[in-house]
Amino acid sequence: MAKKLSRGVAVVGVGMSKFGVFPDKTSRDLFVEAFQELRQSVQKGFDPKDIEAFYMGNFTSDHFENQAHLAPIVASWVGISPVASTRIEDACASGGVALRQGVLAIASGEVDMVLVGGLEKMTDLPGAKVTDALALAADSLFEIPAGFTFPGFYAAMATAYIDQYKADPDALLRVGVKNHQNGALNDKAQFNQTIRDVMIGKQRKAEQKGLPVPQWEDEMAFLKDSKSNPMIAWPLRLFDCSPVSDGAAAVLLVSEELAEKFTDEPIFVVGSGQASDGALAERSSLSEVPAASKASKRAYEMAGLTPDDIDFAEVHDCFTIAEIMATEDLGFFPRGEGWKAAIDGRTARDGSHPINTSGGLKSKGHPVGASGVGQVVEVWKQLHGLAGERQLRGNLKYALTHNVGGTGQTCVVHIFEKRN
Amino acid sequence: MTDQALHSKAFNQAIAEDLLIGSHCLVCGNISIPQRQICPNCHSDQVERIQTKGLGTLAAFTVIYVPPTNMADAGYNAKNPYCVGIVSLEEGPRISAQIVGLDLSDPASIKIGMPLKQTSVMRGEGEAAKKFLAFEPA
Repeated sequence: MAKKLSRGVAVVGVGMSKFGVFPDKTSRDLFVEAFQELRQSVQKGFDPKDIEAFYMGNFTSDHFENQAHLAPIVASWVGISPVASTRIEDACASGGVALRQGVLAIASGEVDMVLVGGLEKMTDLPGAKVTDALALAADSLFEIPAGFTFPGFYAAMATAYIDQYKADPDALLRVGVKNHQNGALNDKAQFNQTIRDVMIGKQRKAEQKGLPVPQWEDEMAFLKDSKSNPMIAWPLRLFDCSPVSDGAAAVLLVSEELAEKFTDEPIFVVGSGQASDGALAERSSLSEVPAASKASKRAYEMAGLTPDDIDFAEVHDCFTIAEIMATEDLGFFPRGEGWKAAIDGRTARDGSHPINTSGGLKSKGHPVGASGVGQVVEVWKQLHGLAGERQLRGNLKYALTHNVGGTGQTCVVHIFEKRN
Repeated sequence: MTDQALHSKAFNQAIAEDLLIGSHCLVCGNISIPQRQICPNCHSDQVERIQTKGLGTLAAFTVIYVPPTNMADAGYNAKNPYCVGIVSLEEGPRISAQIVGLDLSDPASIKIGMPLKQTSVMRGEGEAAKKFLAFEPA
């Protein structure tokens, strides 16, 4: 049974940069943007001098920006030196793990206020080098020599999933369509347009150039056309993959007893769980992510909640199949039902289990170290009724974030509660 | 004398000799492929190296059209894709490997569960040529 936190932890402010491609900005510039937005979000304000620790998720600035030892530099750029500053690296789960370290630091009683950051500046490298940098998260002795890429790993999981549950592969495309619909309503999203918008854009472009205008019956036909949506790693196509992105996000944590000094509407971290696993081939099942189930079990136990209590979730949809597996690993749907839920619209904003209202990694963008922290920004917005056109209806109380490193070698899950 | 090395490089060194190795725990009987110095089941260090039969079935696969640098250098690209899969070995564990000898023009025709046997592929040219683990239809 997971233990409770030794003392409560509250989120009192969040911020994020826009996610996208920013040739003129470095990761520290993007984090400055996120930090400035965070300052604005703290209802009663706070003094950055009161920050006692900084945990920063970043996968590999070493390769993306030729810069290691990034945490103290970023701390300096937001003016919080000499605060203890630590970079956390757990591949694409770096941000979520940084959040967990911040939560544990406050729960320990050693510090009262922690800044959690996530940042990645990926687009300075050419595409092939980005693929190689991401591949560093796989096992260099036994997976890379086989020829795997990250789309390849998730594609292999997709074949295992589709085979085991006789799933309709259209479910994958549906995840992309849904997440783009959500991202179209998020001005921070890298692709804030629907797949239909993308399709119409391609037709207009052809028209303007005087080329034959491609015709598709609907967006599903567009997604099944190998010209408009090329195969990357069968059965995953381009629009099944999250993009290469630049971006940063920030969250301010304080101890529960201090929360009302900063805001009348804190959200509380009531569950935190993390688990690890070996290489993909070593797992008991290839059609699920065991570490996600284990991490979420701990988080649910700590929170004293069940999957049915969760009003909405931000999950790690680095690839469309990942979202389908996540909705099962987190217990929202029984095994083998996730694909049907995606097709039936049960994960849409008006569905029984809204997933990735922000647009997810797929549409919002996936600056890998920032993604796990960016998820908390959406949780904050939804729980405070600040999500604009994509705002969920009804009384929202519990939200969950799910952040995965690699193919599931790391998984970290958090549960948040709004009490008033 | 047969090499009994269990260190992490031993697996790929064995592949160079067309051997697919693992480890067998003398305490609980657990088999690990690739080999482990500590049994992941009972944590004993009483483990011995074993040689597998190199037989298995296809558990998961993909056909890769956008290769990483190591595979692009070996001549693969969107028009010349390759299949990589996860193979369930007869001994129990699974392993990642390139799958050769398949018709890649229609990936849907590749069937999970199909029997496979160990082979190898050479990648790179001349002195840089290196042997890698692969499987082919049995």
